[in-house]
Amino acid sequence: MDFTPHTDADVRSMLDRIGLANVEDLFAHLPDRVRVVGELDLPSGLSEPELMDSISSMAVQNDDLVCFAGGGNYDHYLPPTVRSLNLRSEFVTSYTPYQPEVSQGVLQALFEFQSMVCAITGMDVSNASVYDGAGAALEAVNVAVAVTRRDTVWVSSAVAPQTRQTISTFAHARGITLVEHPVVDGATDWQADAAGPPAAVVFAQPNYLGVIESYEAAVSLSRAQGALAIAAVDPMTLGLLRTPGQAGVDIAIAEGQPLGGPLTFGGPGVGLFAVTEKLMRRLPGRLVGTTTDEQGRLVYVLTLRAREQDIRREKASSNICTNQSLNAVGVAIQLAWLGPDGLAEIGRQSAQKARYMAARLSAVEGVQMAYPATYAREFAVTLPIAPSLVIDGMARRGFLAGIDLTLDYPDLGNALLIALTERRTKDDIDDYVEALEEVIAHA
Amino acid sequence: MLKPGGSAASSPLIGGSEEPTLIEMSVAGRRAWSLPALDVPEVVLDLPEQAKSSVALPEVSEHDLVMHYTRLSHRNFSVDLGAYPLGSCTMKYNPKVCDWAAEHPAFRDLHPATPEESAQGALAVLLEAERFLCEITGMERATFQPPAGASGELTGLLIMRAYHEDKGETRTKILIPDAAHGTNPASVTIGGYETIEVPSNDRGMVDVDALRERLDDQVAGLMLTNPNTLGLFEADILEIADAVHEAGGLVYYDGANLNAIMGIAKPGLMGFDIVHSNLHKTFATPHGGGGPGAGPVAVHDQLVPFLPGPLPEVDADGIIRWVTPEKSIGRVHGKHGNFGVVLRALAYMMALGGDGLRRVSERAVLNARYLEELLRGPYDLPYDSPCMHEFVASARTLKKDTGTRAMDIVKALMDEGFHAPTVYFPLIVEEALMIEPTETQSLQTMDALAGALLSIAGTARTDPDALHAAPVRTPVGRPDEASAARNLRVSWGGDE
Repeated sequence: MDFTPHTDADVRSMLDRIGLANVEDLFAHLPDRVRVVGELDLPSGLSEPELMDSISSMAVQNDDLVCFAGGGNYDHYLPPTVRSLNLRSEFVTSYTPYQPEVSQGVLQALFEFQSMVCAITGMDVSNASVYDGAGAALEAVNVAVAVTRRDTVWVSSAVAPQTRQTISTFAHARGITLVEHPVVDGATDWQADAAGPPAAVVFAQPNYLGVIESYEAAVSLSRAQGALAIAAVDPMTLGLLRTPGQAGVDIAIAEGQPLGGPLTFGGPGVGLFAVTEKLMRRLPGRLVGTTTDEQGRLVYVLTLRAREQDIRREKASSNICTNQSLNAVGVAIQLAWLGPDGLAEIGRQSAQKARYMAARLSAVEGVQMAYPATYAREFAVTLPIAPSLVIDGMARRGFLAGIDLTLDYPDLGNALLIALTERRTKDDIDDYVEALEEVIAHA
Repeated sequence: MLKPGGSAASSPLIGGSEEPTLIEMSVAGRRAWSLPALDVPEVVLDLPEQAKSSVALPEVSEHDLVMHYTRLSHRNFSVDLGAYPLGSCTMKYNPKVCDWAAEHPAFRDLHPATPEESAQGALAVLLEAERFLCEITGMERATFQPPAGASGELTGLLIMRAYHEDKGETRTKILIPDAAHGTNPASVTIGGYETIEVPSNDRGMVDVDALRERLDDQVAGLMLTNPNTLGLFEADILEIADAVHEAGGLVYYDGANLNAIMGIAKPGLMGFDIVHSNLHKTFATPHGGGGPGAGPVAVHDQLVPFLPGPLPEVDADGIIRWVTPEKSIGRVHGKHGNFGVVLRALAYMMALGGDGLRRVSERAVLNARYLEELLRGPYDLPYDSPCMHEFVASARTLKKDTGTRAMDIVKALMDEGFHAPTVYFPLIVEEALMIEPTETQSLQTMDALAGALLSIAGTARTDPDALHAAPVRTPVGRPDEASAARNLRVSWGGDE
């Protein structure tokens, strides 16, 4: 394919205007040693039908599994209405809205995103998104370190392992120490005498193991330590549970993929990032506000720009530039599609289905709930055989059984993390249980 | 909490009246959502931390929702609407077939925890995209975890740190040219290093003597864009890379301008050790109004052990599996990066092939050179050596003679139906207009763009006040940005 519009005659007339004999002369000033000799060692281009065949032939190598895995990414219903609006090419093919006169659509959509993130989290101010849930956690830790001028951070071991690993990768470079607090019976057992004082107390609600943590325990600990309370929430439970804002959290973050975004192998997702008013000027990333033009018309604009990298350079609060605007717009459209009742209904149905499934699984010989704690829509069970064997066997039977916890939580034994959404039907669950019994029996 | 209303009325035409917010349109009891009834026996949910009230989201009908977002989309410029010569951003056409690829259900509905055997297609996409990227850049291996260019920069800096620490060295400084993108110094700070600025010489390139003066055993590396942010190829690149290497440092390639050199030159041949690419620039994935992008990082063979993990690798049985490099810096993304963006970029690279990618760069440079030539005279060209895929013009003389600033010019350009070029960057050029036409604009479009810019320069000399008032044909006029910061209103929640 060729997406350039140039005819041979166009190229000739342009070269004539520049005063060059041929295209090669455009590069005559480059040193020989840096030049590619001959052609790149790559396949030749394809026509559009050939390209579609090639992509399809890779696609069929993925198995279509009924999804019972979560861990931050969830298989919720994605309405065609939401997807088609999100993928309107005016949203898809525009740049960051630095020129407000011709960017009111994206700017207003992001303003409404910020408003709705505040509504579901109960926080005062939301930015216009960061990369993903793990990236949001990293940015939140950076804010806490800057605000408190401390270099230790307390993190619950029931925060997603990938999130903790991501924070750890960057913390090392800045001399930040992470202190992990253990999980007991599925919930965080905060150690008030751990090395500190910390800049932040970081926890997940519900946590990675699906368990509903005590907001009071984490928030009062952070207050006592003079630290910021950072909560990573599952946005699909926010119609069901108290909001982090109501609980007194300082920074609420989330992976926003379940709201209006497909799974896409884990990315692009979108990081939600909301804070109390006190922290507003510490926000990383972009923020949309309002003003007027000379005629008094309402204008949406990027504001508090002085925090950002292109102005503050090495003194910026974050290096973030391109983030996940399109996904943020998708979150907004999905939240408006759901409204308060739809969001609550998804939370309720997911939790009800989790309870039905937990009851069915508990009746399977050798399968038990991994701990007695109360969960929302995700929970762990222990299995009579290694979870990796179950995951393989279940994949052959058409199911993504869950997430193997043995590497990250060896104390739990043969534990498997299972997530439910409103999309899983009673039949899906019954079929899963039947398949699991077969897999265990054949092991 | 929710305002009364229900009106979704605004003109659906560009330039029409204000579109209400969703909360203004909200009517209690209205809804768009539709879900099946619960099909399992219901139990009492006795949850700790249970919500006592519902969240204050808007309540709208499906048609309201569709009208609202369609109208918003009509108040937004985009590549699909017109030319977007935004320097440094590579706003080229984003092929629709690449969107098709990313929406393929077998990829779109794939969970990141899918076991390797069941995700061979997705892992093959990553390996194939890596092959293209490494051949284009002259590197050995690449990670697709960084979700954007700035994240790629930070990843590159952590790789530098790990490399030096592995040799038992602690270095503290990173050299950056004064014309660099703002993300470079911001990433340096977040990466735990100190930024040392290197001045440009009078040719708009890195001053090699000044660079040498700043090199010592505390310098971990140099970050450089080539072609640089002036659109000029760094003539002394080999000498620069050698000097940094002799001092024990590494050389980092900011791939923002890779669109100029595909199939023409390779960062690997220039002496770069680490290369990030912006798939949302060079490889035609859409910008999405500010993301998602992807900022894969490719490295020279000696740095492969430090790459973020896990990476896909083919095992002895021909199965692609996740393997974490032995001295990996760790994860830089919670999952596998912005996979959907990588898939789009791979579709683009496969569509073009090696010869097509070279044609992209040739025509990107041809377009920029041609447009620059058309603007010569009425606009200043402060660094008048052959440009690559973009060039920086200046309105310095126009400002001196008529009081017309670069900002006035680009606002007037919007009235002519074009998006604005980048302005006031790089910082070393007064009244800078950074123009990148990209290869997907036609000769006729560039003639029209040049015509508009020349006409605006003419207006500046006859009626400069008309330019101060621009734009007048856009949905809104120039905003009072100071007021936005002074009277902060960043959600509709404060409106009650």
